[in-house]
Amino acid sequence: MRDRVWIFAGLAVFVAAITCPAWYALAHGKASSKPPNLEMPANQKECVAPAGAMRAEHMQMLIQWREDVVRRGDRRFVAFNGKVYQKSLTGTCLGCHSKAGFCDRCHAYSGVSTPYCWNCHSDPQSVARSIP
Amino acid sequence: MRITRKDFLRLSGLSLLAAGCKQAVQSVTQPASGARVASAQPTRWGMVIDLAKCREKDGCNACVHACNTAHNIPQIANRAHEVKWIWTEPYASVFPSAQNGYAPQSYAEMMVPLLCNHCADPPCTRVCPTQATWKRDDGIVMMDWHRCIGCRYCVAACPYGSRSFNWEDPRPSITSINPDFPTRTKGVVEKCNFCEERLARGLKPACVDACPQHVFTFGNLADPNSEPRQLLRERFAVQREPELGTGPSIFYLV
Repeated sequence: MRDRVWIFAGLAVFVAAITCPAWYALAHGKASSKPPNLEMPANQKECVAPAGAMRAEHMQMLIQWREDVVRRGDRRFVAFNGKVYQKSLTGTCLGCHSKAGFCDRCHAYSGVSTPYCWNCHSDPQSVARSIP
Repeated sequence: MRITRKDFLRLSGLSLLAAGCKQAVQSVTQPASGARVASAQPTRWGMVIDLAKCREKDGCNACVHACNTAHNIPQIANRAHEVKWIWTEPYASVFPSAQNGYAPQSYAEMMVPLLCNHCADPPCTRVCPTQATWKRDDGIVMMDWHRCIGCRYCVAACPYGSRSFNWEDPRPSITSINPDFPTRTKGVVEKCNFCEERLARGLKPACVDACPQHVFTFGNLADPNSEPRQLLRERFAVQREPELGTGPSIFYLV
């Protein structure tokens, strides 16, 4: 065990090297262990599916809605609790949620790039603001 | 267990027969799958445009304006890049084969509203390599901008010039964006969708509601008692270039 010093020194360098992006981000205030401060809808308590399911599967649901509405003309969504919603990103999702305070904030926190939905679909809040 | 040749043949014959019977029973008891089910009341949306009424208010662009605001259509000055769903052109260029040289000036120079003909046999949908455009069961020639790859085959195939390509990002050229309808993006083809999104809410197309002269009569061409069918029974109507065999759903009362 005469090489103990070298082994532990090497391990320390290795650990420092692979964790340096996290330290760098922490030092520059780009990352934190705190969850993102999401703006929750004031007027609604429940989403179209339980929060866990929405967190994990909202992308598949949005694609399913898109296919249903555009290709099958099926706009009616019956939620898990029996409530009926319109399958609409701007109408239903953004009717409650704020794009900037909810979608973008969580995407930024998770390091997920902004999806191309917004190349065509507009955020009703920012559009309303942009009209003089 | 040993099986004789005779037993084997008998067994396979019976299995084939059973499989055939199952198919036959299924095809009788179950209608064709999914969206292809023919509804009890077939629908073919169509429109009759009364040019006599339109002539009374020549130069009015209410229909075009209503469509532009409802569908976020960019106003691009460069004619090579322009996007249009409903627009107007002189009578002489809309019906070039109907010119006899002696029509009064008011006729030949009158502006005629044009839009996608929502053909019965549309050439544009046939050439689309991604099925981004297709004919719905209700007769609307629909587009899926998510799927359009911008190859412009449909633009070339449409004999009526109803399709426009987005050569540039349309958003900067839209004066005020209607958030209820998506804008398009650079690189996709677009055209009139017969206000499919309004029909789903039980409304008539935006141009129909906007016209102060009630020039447009919209309805189900498959229903013999519908308003457009009544008009077509009573008056002589023309379609744009019917000899091409596309079967336009837009009729003009001249």
